Amino acid sequence: MARVKTQEKKKNAISLKEMKRQWFLMTVSFFMVAYGIVFYYWPLTGWLMAFENFKPKKGILGSKFVGLDKFKFLFEDAVFIKVIRNTFAMGFINLVTTTIMAVLFAIILNEVRRAWIKKPIQTISYLPHFLSWIVVTGILHDSLSASGIVNDLLMKFGFIDQAINFFAFPKYFWGIVAFAQCWKETGWNAIIYLAAITAIDPNLYEAASIDGADRLQKIRYITLPGIKPTFMILLLMNVGNVLNAGFEVQYLLGNGLVQSVSQTIDIYVLKWGISQNDYSLGTAAGLFKSAVSILLIVVANAISRKYGEERLF
Amino acid sequence: MRQDQHNNYKIRGTGRDKLLTVIVIVFLVAFTIVTLYPVVNTVVLSFNDGIDAVRGKIYLWPRKFSMKNYKTVLAMQNIWVGARITVARTVLATLTSLFANALLAFVVSRKRFLFKSGLSLFWVITMYVNGGMIPIFLLYKNLGLTGTFHVYWIPGMISAFNMLVMRTYMEGIPESLEESAQLDGAGYWTIFSRIISPLCKPMYATVALFIAVWQWNSWFDAMLYNRMKTEYTTLQYELMKLLSSVMQQSGSAENAKNGAATITPVTIRAATTVVTMLPIVCLYPFLQRYFVTGLTIGGVKE
Repeated sequence: MARVKTQEKKKNAISLKEMKRQWFLMTVSFFMVAYGIVFYYWPLTGWLMAFENFKPKKGILGSKFVGLDKFKFLFEDAVFIKVIRNTFAMGFINLVTTTIMAVLFAIILNEVRRAWIKKPIQTISYLPHFLSWIVVTGILHDSLSASGIVNDLLMKFGFIDQAINFFAFPKYFWGIVAFAQCWKETGWNAIIYLAAITAIDPNLYEAASIDGADRLQKIRYITLPGIKPTFMILLLMNVGNVLNAGFEVQYLLGNGLVQSVSQTIDIYVLKWGISQNDYSLGTAAGLFKSAVSILLIVVANAISRKYGEERLF
Repeated sequence: MRQDQHNNYKIRGTGRDKLLTVIVIVFLVAFTIVTLYPVVNTVVLSFNDGIDAVRGKIYLWPRKFSMKNYKTVLAMQNIWVGARITVARTVLATLTSLFANALLAFVVSRKRFLFKSGLSLFWVITMYVNGGMIPIFLLYKNLGLTGTFHVYWIPGMISAFNMLVMRTYMEGIPESLEESAQLDGAGYWTIFSRIISPLCKPMYATVALFIAVWQWNSWFDAMLYNRMKTEYTTLQYELMKLLSSVMQQSGSAENAKNGAATITPVTIRAATTVVTMLPIVCLYPFLQRYFVTGLTIGGVKE
């Protein structure tokens, strides 16, 4: 009701006087749009580079148009195919593991009654979020090194005889990346789930207690359904980011021996676009990534709409 | 209410409930140790003698205490340059970005503003569509931003995500406040600076923290845009240079064992790490209640 009313008012009340009053809003808007065009919309014209043999001297308009040649090169490049696989695989593994960890941590922490235990654990859980990836990968690297804590423990308990160089074998890499993501973000991601749990009506728990439900049953039948909308909306938001989740860690932890599994689209773009100065190829790879990301969001949104769940737009 | 229901557990504790208690304790103890140990160990290493540390097996207390690592780190010229630039960019970008985002959020949250939804949409689109690394790199180059300090604070000044968080908060403020101020002859600038902003302080603190942490931890922009300009290096980038030499070592067949002499000692790296993370680690516990509320508003109601 109220909304309809304001809309009506808006339609009728754009008088000259109101326009005059809004001059400040208009001026600010003007500068904000100008800023947005320069820094966010103008770079989109750079996508044209993906379809030409771009030479910085000739500019976007002067360079030779080559159609889909750059994309053809990309998809005939065995490295790029692997890069796509790596990006998807790591993005997917990270999304699943970080979500599970965040939900698990939120539910388990919610089972703690005493605030003097709960509060410090929560504060500690945020700590890694505030460290940079440089620091996190550095720490991780030391922990997993030949003389690091992980090898020490494994040898002490007799699982292995000789220290493993974890960063020399492709089979460990995706697991290490997923662990790094979980280590850094579990506590932070759990904030929203904890808030969602707090918002659940306490009467539900009470009624369940009266009916003789134990704690596990309450988690299963009250807490989990209670956080489902939050879970869905976060999943939707993150699906579009799956391909973005692959840069810093992989760039910092990767090395020559594991590059067949560590390279992601962004690293590929950096390598070809910036280091090799092939702007066109880098842009084509980046454009591919953007297109897939948008597609993922739209598909996830449509699926969610079909099943009557929360959606983004 | 909550408390009552929990007390019931005690009385009615079934076998399954006890099992759950055990799982909760084991999980949280393991979680806390895994989270804290690597950080504590880094601090411990930074206080240990460098040559002694090569033998490994240092866990929760330095074996041979030494302040030499910190003396070495603090004697490095590039660390000081990096620290100055990092502090400067964090302060400047937090102030400008907070102001710009707040002003934009204010404009799009005015219910009677003619272009309210258009402007909103204009910015939301930027969250999903962007030019990508190469076009953006070329843009900054053409604008003359690369190779300057300004590349750290001008391009990222407005972010649609922060704007949305702020907009949601501002929309929760009663419109009647604005209307009564208008009757008293206040313009929109006065409403923004005197009425809305004071009410938004907790949310400003949240967003300022997001921006500051992002700025403090950035290294990629320093590497991409200012690689050749050592006078604009940042703390994180200097740390990255120290660490990456080590990481490349473990990628070669013979690992760090015999290369230990040529690379930066682990204790120096630890000391540098501690220096870069100290300010944030000391600060964040006090800002906890701000970011918890901020994240809850922005995340759930997006």
